[in-house]
Amino acid sequence: MAINPEFLKEERNKEWRIQLRQEIKNKERVSRERIKMPEQEPDVRNRNSKEVNLGLSEEQAVKEARRCIDCPDPTCITGCPVEINIPKFIKYIEAGDFLSSAKVLKETNSLPAVCGRVCPQEVQCEIACFYEKKMNKPAVAIGHLERFAADYERDSGKMFVPETAEKNNIKVGIIGSGPGGLTAAGDLAKYGYDVTVFEALHELGGVLKYGIPEFRLPNNVVDVEIDNLRKMGVKFITNFIVGKTASIDDLKKEGFVSFFVGSGAGLPRFMNIPGENYVGIFSANEYLTRINLMNAAKPDFDTPVLYGKNVAVIGGGNTAMDSVRTAKRLGAERAMIIYRRTFEEMPARIEERKHAQEEGIEFLNLNSPVEYYADKNGRVNRMRVQKMELGEPDSSGRRRPVPIEGSEYYIDVDLVVVSVGVSPNPLIPKSVPELKITKWDTIEVNPENMQSSIPEIFAGGDIVRGGATVILAMGDGRKAAAGMHEYIQMRLKKK
Amino acid sequence: MYRIVDKESFSENVVKLEINAPRIAKKRKAGHFVIVKTGDKGERIPLTIAQADPVKGTITLVIQKVGVSSHKISRLNVGDTLTDIAGPLGQATHIENVGTVLCAGGGVGIAPLLPIVEAMKKEGNKVITVLAARSKELIILEDEMRLYSDEIIIMTDDGSYGKKGLVTEGMEEVIKKIKIDQVIAIGPAIMMKYASLLTRKYNIPTLVSLNSIMVDGTGMCGACRVSVGGETKFVCVDGPEFNAHEVDFDELLSRLAAYKEEESIAYQNYLKTK
Repeated sequence: MAINPEFLKEERNKEWRIQLRQEIKNKERVSRERIKMPEQEPDVRNRNSKEVNLGLSEEQAVKEARRCIDCPDPTCITGCPVEINIPKFIKYIEAGDFLSSAKVLKETNSLPAVCGRVCPQEVQCEIACFYEKKMNKPAVAIGHLERFAADYERDSGKMFVPETAEKNNIKVGIIGSGPGGLTAAGDLAKYGYDVTVFEALHELGGVLKYGIPEFRLPNNVVDVEIDNLRKMGVKFITNFIVGKTASIDDLKKEGFVSFFVGSGAGLPRFMNIPGENYVGIFSANEYLTRINLMNAAKPDFDTPVLYGKNVAVIGGGNTAMDSVRTAKRLGAERAMIIYRRTFEEMPARIEERKHAQEEGIEFLNLNSPVEYYADKNGRVNRMRVQKMELGEPDSSGRRRPVPIEGSEYYIDVDLVVVSVGVSPNPLIPKSVPELKITKWDTIEVNPENMQSSIPEIFAGGDIVRGGATVILAMGDGRKAAAGMHEYIQMRLKKK
Repeated sequence: MYRIVDKESFSENVVKLEINAPRIAKKRKAGHFVIVKTGDKGERIPLTIAQADPVKGTITLVIQKVGVSSHKISRLNVGDTLTDIAGPLGQATHIENVGTVLCAGGGVGIAPLLPIVEAMKKEGNKVITVLAARSKELIILEDEMRLYSDEIIIMTDDGSYGKKGLVTEGMEEVIKKIKIDQVIAIGPAIMMKYASLLTRKYNIPTLVSLNSIMVDGTGMCGACRVSVGGETKFVCVDGPEFNAHEVDFDELLSRLAAYKEEESIAYQNYLKTK
């Protein structure tokens, strides 16, 4: 489904693009400094739940857009899992036509305001930018610009609803309303299908709602994107657990011909060390769900959450960063990351780690918990930790942490969040016994079109990858939608 | 959506609600539970399904007022709707003809026991049922239970109905009298703990249905984890029923009390506003 280079060339040779390129010399463009995203001050933001990044002003966005030299061979696009026409959207910003810019984003990305916030651009489009590749200079701030255009459109009240093909009345089911499901839903609606999204929880958005905190991705941003899908004709049903409330077979009998499974990585992993079930020890999923989805920290909501003075978060991924920064915002005096490797190997985005450090998060790298202890009520009050050193690289290519003998010590903690990864949600695989799964319990698919061992079932995101990112799930959703479209059309022809 | 079509008050603190939920009614089996939430700011709480009518498209839940959320649900009337119900969740009870089954229900635990008593009887078992509660008005669903039980023993703490004494005393009386092949005990965690200790003494296979704290109910959060046979299990997806003799009840009791203080403060504040 690679983007057609001829089409890109044709677009690039349009009069307005040529004119823009001629207005400023490349030499001048590349001499400019990359824009810095305005942020809330660290010691202010670590006490509120408002967004850390404030977004670019129109002036800042245009200025940054001018850095892009509109390459003849835009390598940035190949770095994008959903292949946004990056130079085109950036050049519309340079031209001051922000609504057209947003429209370009939406051609291939149903959730640009989300991606502009949570995508790891530094290892995708931006690392493939001419500036990075050839000039050893910071890339054009593609992510910041994407967010700008999407936010501008939302705030303008003139949201563009992508055109949809004539309704074909063929029913397709999307299981899970996370990033993969929403993307597949948007694309299938564009092809003209009658799309229904089934969500197990009472709220739509999946990990975008229960997982990623408000200070990184406000819920309102997600809701607006979902509303836009509604306008395209997508139907949403909450409290519907496919495999429980109805099986895939039941839905087939109700007329659904093909499915996209984007049920996510629903099963939190623990370390299975002594004391891990004491009160006050949460999985990151539980801790974040209570706060983000259930609003447990707001006094007028019924769901409770425990607060800690000394909070330890185990792990070094983005979810660990989200958890520890949340704990800090909820009043922790000491909020610590306990990670068994070093910054070098840490999977969290550099931006998240940097933000965490600025906010006063302590990083206890090369440390690993061994045992937890509790008070007479069973509430955790202390943990035993072991120091580690790095040995030979393991199968993941990262250097393996090796315990240092005799290095164990104690840390006082009253809240622990375990964020050492998730396993795929077994609900769907269990309810469709014929479905082929891998040894990691993920659904086996053909990577070309995301089709599973059952021809009408496609899958993507964490249920296939085990634990990845929002944008990779979206890329899968997009690929799967194209695969489903092809599969359904072929079936129709055969009849 | 989830409209209440019938309501019955068993006592001041216990109500039975029959709720319109056709898909769940069709799929539900004995042992299944649902997650219920009321109001936009409500909490997600697990409730085991007491009865279901697939033709009418309804499920029946029995709720005891113990805190804010259960109080809010109990106050709903016929015609009102519950904001959210998701299910049916958990593994269904394994129903098999084993011979003679002793079913013990304590307090509102009697409600989730009913479909199991019914299924066990229909499978051909001889079913002896012990119903226990603090006092007479807390003994619920007695008529329905009689329908599917070969024998019923009622126990109350205060002796206001049936025999005076604890559930375990009623159970032991039966166990001493006839050979029991399987015990199923459902009720407060502390009751299940003592029921389990009793049947372990007599070496009778025993199932309990655990009522741990949950958030999503689909395996996503791990709030409900409990040690069974030395391994961590999730009540929502691995349970809710487990081999009683392998359950770490003390851990369960401590985890159930995790929010005791917060809940009690919230409940006091809530009652003040009503």
